[in-house]
Amino acid sequence: MIFNGRSHKFGRDIDTDIIIPATYLVTFDPKELAKHCMEPLAPNFADNIEKGDIIVAEENFGCGSSREHAPIAIKGAGISCVLAKSFARIFYRNAINTALPILECAEAVDGISDGDDVRIDTEKGKIENLSTGITWQAKPFPSFIMEIINEDGLIGYTKKRVENRDV
Amino acid sequence: MMTITEKIIAAHAGLDKVSPGELVMVDIDLALANDITAPGAIKEFEKIGVEGVFDKKKVVLVPDHFAPNRDVDSAEQCKYVREFARDREVENYFEVGQMGIEHVLLPEKGLVIPGDLVIGADSHTCTYGALGAFSTGMGSTDLAAAFATGDTWLKVPQSIKFNIDGKRKEWVSGKDIILYIIGKIGVDGALYKAMEFTGDTIEGLSMDSRFSICNMAIEAGGKNGIIAVDDRTREYEDGRIDRAYVEYYSDPDAEYADVHNYKAEDIELQVAFPHLPSNTKGISEVGNIPIDQVVIGSCTNGRIEDLREAAKILDGKKVEKNLRVIVIPATQKIYQQAMSEGIIDIFIEAGTAVSTPTCGPCLGGHMGILAAKERCVATTNRNFRGRMGHTDSEVYLSGPAVAAASAITGKITGPADL
Ligand code: SF4
Repeated sequence: MIFNGRSHKFGRDIDTDIIIPATYLVTFDPKELAKHCMEPLAPNFADNIEKGDIIVAEENFGCGSSREHAPIAIKGAGISCVLAKSFARIFYRNAINTALPILECAEAVDGISDGDDVRIDTEKGKIENLSTGITWQAKPFPSFIMEIINEDGLIGYTKKRVENRDV
Repeated sequence: MMTITEKIIAAHAGLDKVSPGELVMVDIDLALANDITAPGAIKEFEKIGVEGVFDKKKVVLVPDHFAPNRDVDSAEQCKYVREFARDREVENYFEVGQMGIEHVLLPEKGLVIPGDLVIGADSHTCTYGALGAFSTGMGSTDLAAAFATGDTWLKVPQSIKFNIDGKRKEWVSGKDIILYIIGKIGVDGALYKAMEFTGDTIEGLSMDSRFSICNMAIEAGGKNGIIAVDDRTREYEDGRIDRAYVEYYSDPDAEYADVHNYKAEDIELQVAFPHLPSNTKGISEVGNIPIDQVVIGSCTNGRIEDLREAAKILDGKKVEKNLRVIVIPATQKIYQQAMSEGIIDIFIEAGTAVSTPTCGPCLGGHMGILAAKERCVATTNRNFRGRMGHTDSEVYLSGPAVAAASAITGKITGPADL
């Protein structure tokens, strides 16, 4: 998949209580969750998102709780992809399982400023800063993750396993 | 040559050996979700189209976060989970009145035993590593798939060894040790890794303190925390469980990504300042910080040892008059035990509010939400911005001794300064 959008930059250790505060965890509706996405740091974050925009963050993005509402809120806000220097482990899993594309590439994060136009090719791991013309190569996904993504997330993948009696 | 974590994963993957970085499918012994994460898991589970859950005994559902129901929305969520448990005959569903905070309840009920591999849709599932089990938190969708298949994929983590030797200072508990470690290595100091705790200080700790330590492995980014089985673990499990268990130990030549050695003598009572668990200071460096609220409870420090420590300090004393102090025993059994020991009387005489088990204020749910600019000392595990209420409120993390002493003075205080 190829995404094209504006960069929204965040610092390190963006935790799940920032991405979606716990008090709003009474729904899984992406549109409802999106209203409060990033609220402690950037109130009305979703209002400033154009479809396709990209979050660019420093280390340990998504640390904290296991809430899957976090990637859902981000997707609901219209974000197409998250690029970070590193992700917290559970967030990483949750993003893949709910089909929110994520990429790790420290050099690209350093080379992209807030508001830059960015193009990301998730299949190839290619990241392009259209505002400066610089490109980077991120680590491609391991094959089993590609399989999960190709089945539209873990549920599709599991469904297929169940159908094939591979459990 | 494998670590304890690698051995447990290998055994559950049906392999003789696994190495860090390897991706494996593992059978699970228990799959856990709560009132916040279960609804998502159930919704996804229904899409898979299997007859029922993989094993009615191995799925655990605990409504503890916004229960007893905080509002209509949380009531609907709890109802959804309750009805699923009933329809699918999930044996380990714990209703209000029998429930407790999940990570305290499961070991108490003997549902997790040494050598188990447990996954939970809650980040503090890593708590059970204190029993010599491998346990780790995942998301709702992971749990949905596991409910259907009884297995999950794992990437074998590298291990870091934390060796702590020496005699603990007075009042220092497991919470202070783990806060000290997180202060040293940072909130991503153990990202994706297994945190293995060893040394004679760890061996000398109660099970309650060991649970506190493994509980906060996630606060350093860890995949799991783990402490090998010893006599104290065996004594804890004695009479509690009806399954045989396997004890795993790291080989002397097992490989570690890193080894950290600490001396218990260097660890004083700890306080983590806002807004990260790694912002720690020793109690002697805290300075004058007035507070508005104290919370003693949570899956980190709502156990009987924590309540006893707090009661020792509050016995015959009064809570500072401008302060709200909330005490939440983590399970019904702990509540009862505290009552029979006269601990609840001490708390009420001192002027604290004692609540039925719930996560409540720990995640800013209910039972003690903070207003703007308010400060709270809490024995919980996270002090992220807005975690306990308003975005401009502040949470200071500590063990029960500092929390109880602070309740008396109205500012952050160690018991030695009373
Ligand atoms: S007590 Fe707090 S940290 Fe523990 S399970 Fe409940 S909300 Fe999570």
